[in-house]
Amino acid sequence: MPKIGNFGGWIREYGPTIVILVVIVIAWEIGCDLAKVPVWLLPAPSRIWTETLQLLPVLPGHIYATLTSIVGGFLVAVVAAVPLAIAVVYSPFLRRVVYPPLLMFQSVPKVAIAPLLLMWLGYGLQSNIVIAATVAFFPIVVNTATGLEAVESELLDLTRSFGAAKPKVFWKLRLPWAMPYFFSSLKVAITFAVIGAVVAEFIGSDKGLGYLILASSGAMNTAAMFSVLVILSVIGILCFYAVIVCEQLLCPWYLPGQQDKGGI
Amino acid sequence: MKSLAQLQSVSKDYSVRSGGTVTALEDISLDIRENEFVTLVGPSGCGKSTVLKILGGIIRASRGTLLFDGKPLDNPSREIGMVFQRPVLLPWRSVLDNVLFPIEMLGWNVSEHLGEAHRLIKLVGLSGFEKALPQELSGGMQQRVSICRALVYDPKLLLMDEPFGAVDAMTREEMCLEVMRIWRERRKTVVFVTHSISESVFLADRVVVMTPRPGRIVVDLPIDLPRPRTIDMEFTPEFKAYADVVRDAIYSSKRSA
Repeated sequence: MPKIGNFGGWIREYGPTIVILVVIVIAWEIGCDLAKVPVWLLPAPSRIWTETLQLLPVLPGHIYATLTSIVGGFLVAVVAAVPLAIAVVYSPFLRRVVYPPLLMFQSVPKVAIAPLLLMWLGYGLQSNIVIAATVAFFPIVVNTATGLEAVESELLDLTRSFGAAKPKVFWKLRLPWAMPYFFSSLKVAITFAVIGAVVAEFIGSDKGLGYLILASSGAMNTAAMFSVLVILSVIGILCFYAVIVCEQLLCPWYLPGQQDKGGI
Repeated sequence: MKSLAQLQSVSKDYSVRSGGTVTALEDISLDIRENEFVTLVGPSGCGKSTVLKILGGIIRASRGTLLFDGKPLDNPSREIGMVFQRPVLLPWRSVLDNVLFPIEMLGWNVSEHLGEAHRLIKLVGLSGFEKALPQELSGGMQQRVSICRALVYDPKLLLMDEPFGAVDAMTREEMCLEVMRIWRERRKTVVFVTHSISESVFLADRVVVMTPRPGRIVVDLPIDLPRPRTIDMEFTPEFKAYADVVRDAIYSSKRSA
């Protein structure tokens, strides 16, 4: 991952990917044309493009709704998960009490409990945000807790040897030490939040890209479905890179070679 | 010379998973005098690092007492600096900020200690690297930073746990000379753990030989070689004689075991 602003680096890094994507799109277009694939089965890229242009007037509203659910859900997950991770690290009792139900909750497919949340919270954005948050929550708790505990034991010995106060050890040692772990969990969490938001919109919503896919499917408009899928993946990628930009700004010492410490 | 730290019949037991206890140290008595350079040498598992941790107030002895400056040491003390086998610097902090880390952790005024931090960095030959991040330095340079970090709050006693175990042999010799220079200039008391016999003799006023299962002191050998010491002293018959005593102490206990 090149540093922000290093354009030569970006081209070296992503040039091949872009070439492969272009080749796939061209092959797809030619293939659809030669094999005369019906448009309801697999529309050609050109058809998806014209459909996107037609959708253009309604798209901003749907994109806004979905983006709100993603970002909202993601932020709620962070705000809930980080204090829990800290609590679990500092209290063996809490760890014993919190982890089993947390694992139970994680084992239940969120798609299955989404209708329940909808019933409790009502139809609307708040439900979508909470559903996205439940999906994004778990990796942040586990990875942040791992990071807070990953401090080299010698450093803890050192702080003990001169009797440093616990809050200082937390703020100046454990928390910064956990940052790379925290960010690697955020990368997972943001993609989970996208899934959560779309699932929520599938289940009960009258706007958003998830709703748009469902509506297009009802109308047998395959090209529109593809169009929304592409937009969703672009949103997913942009959200992911937003996290990476934050990571580079907040932990500039953390170099690419050491990427993805911890993990879930 | 006045006694700085004293271990009096100290033992340390660890409970193991199977339910029993293992005696890591048995009846260790050691008197560290002020300005003395003491090396602890022995095979791995002989408890030399445990002795260091007890001296540093990181773990408590199961039995026996630790006196520091003649008083029992119950709470962590600002009179002790520690250097470990690995530099364990904070990767997000510059060299200067790593050196100042203990000052911040103690809640002291950082600007008052800035001068001392710069002097120490100069002392270990890292002037110009104040703003560098640890990952930009070699292992030997990182270890120098960790020595500065241990000295910045001016502790009387410097505890070093195989500090050059992870650097290459050439850097190691250089670092040994450097530690002796620092020790001389700063008038510290040093307890230095190593598993290198020649290193233990080369550095020390006194070599303390330990053997494992349970960790005991078998020889406490004063080294009467002139100072400042130089690398070529290692080839003198006197040096060899000292090294042989240490080696014999380690191996004879192995044979009897």
